[in-house]
Amino acid sequence: MATLGALDRKLLRDLREMRGQAVAIIFILVAGVAAYVSMASVMDTLQHTLDRYYEEYAFGDGFATVRRAPEEVAERLGTTPGIVQVQTRVVAMVNLEIAGYDDQVAGLMVSVPGDRQPELNRLFLRTGSLPAAGRENEVLLNEVFAEAHGLCAGDTLAAVINGRRRTLQVTGVALSPEHLMQVQPGVLFPDPERFGVLWINRSALAAALDMRGAFNDVSFRLAPKADVRTVIDQVDLLLAPYGGQGAYARADQGSHRMITEEFNQLRGMAAVLPSIFLAIAAFLLNIVIARVVSLQREQIGVLKAFGYRDRAIGWHYVKLVLSITCVGTVIGMALGVWAGRALGTVYLEFFRFPYLEYALNPPVVVTAVLLTSGAALIGVMRAVRQAILLPPAEAMRPAPPSLYRQTLVERLGLRRFLAQPSRMILRNIERRPFRALFAVTGVACACAILVMGLFFVDSIDHVVHFQYGIAQREDLMVSFFEPAPTAALYELANLPGVQYAEPFRSVPVRLRRGHRSYQTGIEGIPANAYLRRVIDTELEPVPIPAEGIVLTERLATMLDARLGDEVVVEVLEGRRRTTRVPVSGLTQQYLGLAVYMEIEALGRLVNDGQALSGVYLLVDERYEDTLMQALRRRPRIAGILSQERAIRAYFDHAANFLLVYTLVLSLFAGIIAFGVVYNNVRVSLSERERELASLRVLGFTRGEIAYILLGESVLLTLLSIPLGIVIGSLGSDAYMKALETDMYTIPVVLTRGTYATAASVVLVATLISALIVRSRLNRLDLIAVLKTRE
Amino acid sequence: MAQEVIFRARGLSKIYDMGEVKVQALRQVDLELFAHEMVVFLGASGSGKSTLVNILGGLDTATAGEVLYRDRDLTRADDRELTEYRRHHVGFVFQFYNLIPSLTARENVAIVTEIACQPMTPAEALELVGLGGRMDHFPAQLSGGEQQRVAIARAIAKRPAVLLCDEPTGALDSQTGVIVLEALETINHDLGTTTAIITHNVVQAEIAGRIIHLKDGEIARIETNTRRTPARELQW
Repeated sequence: MATLGALDRKLLRDLREMRGQAVAIIFILVAGVAAYVSMASVMDTLQHTLDRYYEEYAFGDGFATVRRAPEEVAERLGTTPGIVQVQTRVVAMVNLEIAGYDDQVAGLMVSVPGDRQPELNRLFLRTGSLPAAGRENEVLLNEVFAEAHGLCAGDTLAAVINGRRRTLQVTGVALSPEHLMQVQPGVLFPDPERFGVLWINRSALAAALDMRGAFNDVSFRLAPKADVRTVIDQVDLLLAPYGGQGAYARADQGSHRMITEEFNQLRGMAAVLPSIFLAIAAFLLNIVIARVVSLQREQIGVLKAFGYRDRAIGWHYVKLVLSITCVGTVIGMALGVWAGRALGTVYLEFFRFPYLEYALNPPVVVTAVLLTSGAALIGVMRAVRQAILLPPAEAMRPAPPSLYRQTLVERLGLRRFLAQPSRMILRNIERRPFRALFAVTGVACACAILVMGLFFVDSIDHVVHFQYGIAQREDLMVSFFEPAPTAALYELANLPGVQYAEPFRSVPVRLRRGHRSYQTGIEGIPANAYLRRVIDTELEPVPIPAEGIVLTERLATMLDARLGDEVVVEVLEGRRRTTRVPVSGLTQQYLGLAVYMEIEALGRLVNDGQALSGVYLLVDERYEDTLMQALRRRPRIAGILSQERAIRAYFDHAANFLLVYTLVLSLFAGIIAFGVVYNNVRVSLSERERELASLRVLGFTRGEIAYILLGESVLLTLLSIPLGIVIGSLGSDAYMKALETDMYTIPVVLTRGTYATAASVVLVATLISALIVRSRLNRLDLIAVLKTRE
Repeated sequence: MAQEVIFRARGLSKIYDMGEVKVQALRQVDLELFAHEMVVFLGASGSGKSTLVNILGGLDTATAGEVLYRDRDLTRADDRELTEYRRHHVGFVFQFYNLIPSLTARENVAIVTEIACQPMTPAEALELVGLGGRMDHFPAQLSGGEQQRVAIARAIAKRPAVLLCDEPTGALDSQTGVIVLEALETINHDLGTTTAIITHNVVQAEIAGRIIHLKDGEIARIETNTRRTPARELQW
């Protein structure tokens, strides 16, 4: 038919009539679809970009560090079955001095072949060039580090390499797939001010470290179907004579591991939030459509009386709803693409990808469309079925007066405490218990989303307080290049400004239990440790057992080890002993997956006497500067770091994300609460217009009828707040479980402030929608309402 | 002369199950309606006249007995068949017009002509009830009498064999009511549509050829009216 049919005209006019509610639904759909599309497309974009970046820049599949191996070993590695390409390097931890920056700065210096890109782990040059062939003092800087100090090509900095200070000239700034997350070994979080990666000509670094014709680091690529475990074992065997410290696969590479964790978190967020929104949008659609249909019950009867088929009537309402969802989905999609690009740009900064290719995969679009229209259609079907099932003669009669009865509260004998209007509110809620339940659930969901978004900040405070107030109380961690004798402890303890010194020993190990394994380090601490303490599940410090190892609970779970079980410990340095050690304790720790052992027991395990890897210091603030200078002058000290600073720096960075995230979340939750309450009140208003007008005719004031209508919404909102808090708490637990990574667990810390904020947002949304409806109520045309048929 | 039978009802009963009480709306009704006749169902509120007409129109189903429309058994028809029946053979006029508020007069008629086989145009139908000049008004812009005439135009636009009217003047004052009855007369006369009108108004019954009196769900008597009074002469 060329022109618009009468039924379609009705559709358009109905749509215009219900535009207020349509807009409320569109808002929610837009929020849901935009959240989903932006999150999902960003995930696709990031994964796509990462894969391409790794491929184009030949990121290694496996890595190994040795003390010193002659270059010929590389050839033997290259002929190992499963390995297709090998890249040897010389790497060194160095101390850096940057003009105008006083803190200790550590650097990881990595060799590059003179004047050309390495075969594996190639560099993306952001600016400048590679160090020129034969130039001994030219370095290329990792971008985050260069930016943190405002360094660029032509600038200089000093490095202490193997005890000798030399001035280096910056030739440019680069990115590497290997250091997407630039993290100092032994530290959990990136701190670009105090740690950086530098690339220098191999000849220069080899000369400084006496590594001519040798290497101390190697990465390799695997054949497509090679078994990683087998290859790693062979590499370990091959490198053991040269002081191999355990080869590891890409999955265990620091930067990659962190990126993977970040991606997993993002994926968790991409799944949880949008599904909540879509579910609520579907619920709202359901309510509104049920209402439209119930108001049009007589019209449906007439259409049926004229011989319209059920399918035609159903299709009419399906079109009505689909036109709303289409608008919502399209706007949401557009907004989602926009937000996805914006988020992509933020993550580009965060992850330091050289480029970002925005990808909106067809499955994302299809899923969004199917989810929204599917949810809408289910809502419509149910409501339309009800109307269609009625015989037309019955549908055309006004709906029979509903059966009201005394409510539970009244039957309990509390009747005399309730005035008539309050009784009307209670009876109305009791008459439509499912609708009341839906409204309560909807608002409770909004409240729950708020709780889930708000607790984060408190939780992070809690973690930092726990980790630094209870478990790790040192001001500085000083680490040595080589394990040092016990005398080093006393030497440092006697420096001015040191209030207390405590030794530690860290040993790289691989823990195995059954088919499970985890590569990490065991940290040895004294039995009566004061600075680094083992914390039990009650959050109390406990003495470290004289024998056996203490695992963090999450690591124990990962290894499927319980208290008393034995774990195989492969030491990855020195004599590389493999021993079975009992798990003698479990500890609670939010950050990292540490393994502790009594320091002397650890010495016996490694079998090389009582050496120290470093010392924890408690420092008098007044002497901090002089102490730092004194420490820096000591050649055996590899690093001085304040872990707390690194973590603060990371969380400051993360806090920006969280702030935006929390704001967006509150906005979305506000929209949901508003949408649910507004729709609910509008439904009641159109159903009870006659009743309310009659009351006005009988002499009730506007305020009194507003109380009857709006009191219900406020009461339902008040009921939904405690429910929302419960759902929010449970949701927060589940959410944090989903976000848990190797690096950290975030405990759920719920404060009264969080509850109060969540409740306020929901209440304000309720009051706003009540005010809007109240203004409609004031315009109620009494005569017109009463003149039409009963 | 032998008149063509349009409806034949035998032993028609209808019981409404209201949960705790059962209401018998029709008891064993036997009835015949003939082609082209104008018949009035007269009776007090609750006499069963609406129930009877709803069953004849396929809007409701009987609890017992049978109804034939020509040779079609309405009592055994399923919902789909009843829909087809209403779509092509019956026109309805209700006491409360039941116009669709969001559609204009013309569109309210179009909603039926769009699904009918050989309908007149909405304009023709509206001309027939004297509303040629108000076709683009919305129901809210029309008086009660005008709304009811739109409803009549809507009912007859598809040229139904039967026009069923449930208290068509029930919500109107007598002057307007006369205009509506005149419109029904015109339809019956010009188009030959079998017309059944429900009323509780004895005066209005004068326009019919036969008057069927109902009481307590039964046909009390059937009166043949040899001297039909034209609607414009009625007064109540």
